[in-house]
Amino acid sequence: MLTVTLYIGFAAVIAAMAMNLYRLLAGPTAEDRVLALDTLYINAIALILLVSIQFADRIYFEAALLIAMMGFVGTIALAKYLGRGALMD
Amino acid sequence: MKLLLIVLLPLAGIVLPPVLVRAGRTASAWAAATPTALALVLLAGMAPTVFEGGVVEASWPWMPALGLNLAFFLDGFGLLFAGLILGIGLLIILYARYYLSEDDPMGRFYAMLLAFMGAMLGIVLSDNILLLVVFWELTSISSFLLIGYWRHRADARQGARMALAVTGAGGLCLLAAAILLGHVVGSYQLQAILAAGDTITASPLYLPILGLVLLGAFTKSAQVPFHFWLPHAMAAPTPVSAYLHSATMVKAGVFLIARLYPALSGTEEWFVLVTVIGLATMVFGAYGALFKDDLKGLLAYSTISHLGLITLLFGLNTQAGVIAGVFHIINHATFKASLFMSAGIIDHETGTRDIRKLGGLRHYMPVTMWLAAIAAASMAGVPLFNGFLSKEMFFTEVVVESERLGGIGWLLPVFATIGGLLSAAYSLRFVHDVFFGDETGALPRHPHEPPRYMRVPVEILILICVVVGVVPSLAISTVLATAAGGVLLQAPEPFSLALWHGFNVPLVMSVLALAGAVALYYQRDAAERWHERTFPAFTGKGCFESVLAGAIAASRRLTAWLDDGSVQRNVVLVIGTAVVMAAAGGITGGLDAGSRALTPAPLPAVAVWLMGVIATVVVALRHHDRFLALVATGVVGLLSALTFIYISAPDLALTQLSVEVVSTVLLLLALNVLPKETPHESSPGRRWRDGVLAVAGGGGIAALAYAAMTRPLDSISRYFLETSVPGGGGHNVVNVILVDFRGFDTFGEITVLGIAALCVYALIRDEAHTMASADTEARHPRMLLIGSRVMLPLLAVVTVYVFLRGHNQPGGGFIAGLIAAVAMVTQYMASGVHWTEQRLTGNYFPMIGAGLLTAGFTGLASWLFDVPFLTSTFSHVNWPVVGDFEIASAVAFDLGVFLTVVGSVVLMLSQFGKQQPPVEGR
Repeated sequence: MLTVTLYIGFAAVIAAMAMNLYRLLAGPTAEDRVLALDTLYINAIALILLVSIQFADRIYFEAALLIAMMGFVGTIALAKYLGRGALMD
Repeated sequence: MKLLLIVLLPLAGIVLPPVLVRAGRTASAWAAATPTALALVLLAGMAPTVFEGGVVEASWPWMPALGLNLAFFLDGFGLLFAGLILGIGLLIILYARYYLSEDDPMGRFYAMLLAFMGAMLGIVLSDNILLLVVFWELTSISSFLLIGYWRHRADARQGARMALAVTGAGGLCLLAAAILLGHVVGSYQLQAILAAGDTITASPLYLPILGLVLLGAFTKSAQVPFHFWLPHAMAAPTPVSAYLHSATMVKAGVFLIARLYPALSGTEEWFVLVTVIGLATMVFGAYGALFKDDLKGLLAYSTISHLGLITLLFGLNTQAGVIAGVFHIINHATFKASLFMSAGIIDHETGTRDIRKLGGLRHYMPVTMWLAAIAAASMAGVPLFNGFLSKEMFFTEVVVESERLGGIGWLLPVFATIGGLLSAAYSLRFVHDVFFGDETGALPRHPHEPPRYMRVPVEILILICVVVGVVPSLAISTVLATAAGGVLLQAPEPFSLALWHGFNVPLVMSVLALAGAVALYYQRDAAERWHERTFPAFTGKGCFESVLAGAIAASRRLTAWLDDGSVQRNVVLVIGTAVVMAAAGGITGGLDAGSRALTPAPLPAVAVWLMGVIATVVVALRHHDRFLALVATGVVGLLSALTFIYISAPDLALTQLSVEVVSTVLLLLALNVLPKETPHESSPGRRWRDGVLAVAGGGGIAALAYAAMTRPLDSISRYFLETSVPGGGGHNVVNVILVDFRGFDTFGEITVLGIAALCVYALIRDEAHTMASADTEARHPRMLLIGSRVMLPLLAVVTVYVFLRGHNQPGGGFIAGLIAAVAMVTQYMASGVHWTEQRLTGNYFPMIGAGLLTAGFTGLASWLFDVPFLTSTFSHVNWPVVGDFEIASAVAFDLGVFLTVVGSVVLMLSQFGKQQPPVEGR
């Protein structure tokens, strides 16, 4: 039962990541790319959690935590760059 | 022990004069004289043993694997030289106290002088030939420093550089010779080498050894054709010239020849090489001295000439020659040092050294005149002074040798007489032109006698000249016999030091030389005109400088050809070479997959990998749009982290994610001040070439990795996995490796990180930070402000959590440091530089320093427990709520890593952040 759920979960997350990648590479404006990257980070969190469930190992949870925090900072930096250019005013 | 002290006392005394010079110049001089005097007393204490024929030895192991031991021995010859070095050193210290002017830094002078003295003592007392080479080079360096003492003078700097280049090259040759000698004899101990003379002369390596040793000796002793550095070394202060370049350092070369005499002499090659060069130098030096207008230049060439004379004597392969050589070493040291000091007195009192401007000084400095006259007479070989005795012995040996040679052997006495003639002529010139004759009135200062104590050293040396000259057997024959015995390794046959040997050829030669010198002197104007007509202006310095310039130009051309500054070119060369070599190996040896079974590749993993590949290809193809390239690189970084997680490397994943963000911020900071587009610079053909090369390189490495991974492999990871808990006290093997097993490596890396941060700071330091006038909301959006300030304590908690769990779970100091750095950089971005630096510190240097010190002291603390640097320990602790856990001392080291990383990263990013030119909108 869990296996089937995991398969569906993986398929969904991978599809989502593929779509993010497409938008990142194709997105006509820079803002599109930044949003795609941020969403890619979130999907990566989901992927890590699915992997942890499959391997029944809690050891990777901190990586997910780090992506959550660090992805946020990365997106801030990109947004500030696109907004005013100067990151640290 | 006492032997070691003799060498160490001057070296240890280096720190005293610069410190004590604040108490006055005399205090500084006493500080320099005390270690010298103490060493001299120690030496005198050991003298009785040596005079009875014994040898004092002392040795300690230093680098036994290389054959280098701290070994010293004192025999007659070493005693003589050490006595000369220390005795004349004391006199020079006294002299220099009055010679140096008020502006000259005296502490520095005495410190360098003591350094030289210690090094020179090391040469003469050393019992290990490698140790001798070490001290040899030390004398070259200290001589370089002393010649360049007056740093503001260009001629001093050039002279110092030339001296160092020539003597340094000689030192390298000497090192090669030392290694060869050790190879032939089987030991580097000097006494063993000296006893193995027959083995050495019979060995096929004899000629190379001889050539290299002579190169070392001749460069140091300024023999032709390596003589040209000595006249230029006269740019040094006169005490230096008197000590180094007449009495001691240049004698190191003849010391070496004499010391290795039992090992290398007795063959025809020795005779030809040493005698011919010695003779040529003697005549050439004497000739050069005759026409010099500078007092010190005259004395420099005269030193070259006398060293040639000594070399010649050692080249004759006879016992009497050796005795004469040793005797002349002593005599030359005494009269030459006193002559240099007199020249210095003249320079000090009149303000000039130019002989053409000097004259009639006998009215103003009569005592100095008498002293200089006696010294010059000794140099010329006038009877009743010590120079005459050694000259006589020299002439006798030359005559004996010419009879032995037969054939063209008569040339030897002829040239010797010519040398003596020229020598007497320039000695006469020194005295007559300076003290007699008419005054020219062109003197900068009004001359008078020097201060009392400035003359005392000269008086002492002249006294020795006279005493040895008048009653030589009484004064010096014991010393001479013991010293010569040290050279010959046996007591010398009885020799006579009488003043009168009867009417014989040497006496005739002496008389001819003196008479001819007087005649030449009175015809010197004609001689000078002839000299200028005959010899072109061809200087040693000119040759040296042009050789140097040629070498520099050639190496610049070679470097430019190989590396023209283009990074692309370098990368193509490196990768191309690697591909070619690997392909050669693969084609000849074969490359095929191994036999291990492949693990299954689940679809999600393949999908992630595919996405990574696509993103990478996009970066390569679309890199002109720099922003897109940056974002795509971020994708690649994220997917790499996911790959790490898939192959069970959580620490790597955590590190990759943290570094990813820091890199993104850094690149954005840079991108803001760079153009937004990369220009199209390379042609399609070149892009195809680069593409093929890249695919070949990357693909080749992938194939290699595949082939390696499909083979059964037993790697070192087993050791670490097994010993991580019992040896390091931690379950996280990666962290235990970083801070424990390979802690020293990590220490080096955080040092490099700190240095890199400091370099970034130094390169882009720009205090002016223009504050934009835009409204605050656009600069600091409120949502970002609130969000970042809420995140800060959360990030802090995560930092501490990751740090503390690092030893047993994925985490550690480096990751925690990066998280903390990101937290602080977020504040910079959200609230601005000004606000943040008011609340956090703006000065990150203490943090970097504290980190490095913490890591260092953690390592040093293990010395307190008598274990090697950076050995860690751990123990179990049981806390009420937390439970049982292990705590290791490596935590302190990890703390050091943490602090350094935080300080360095925030320093770099904040420095970049302050450089941003504010831009309105996008």
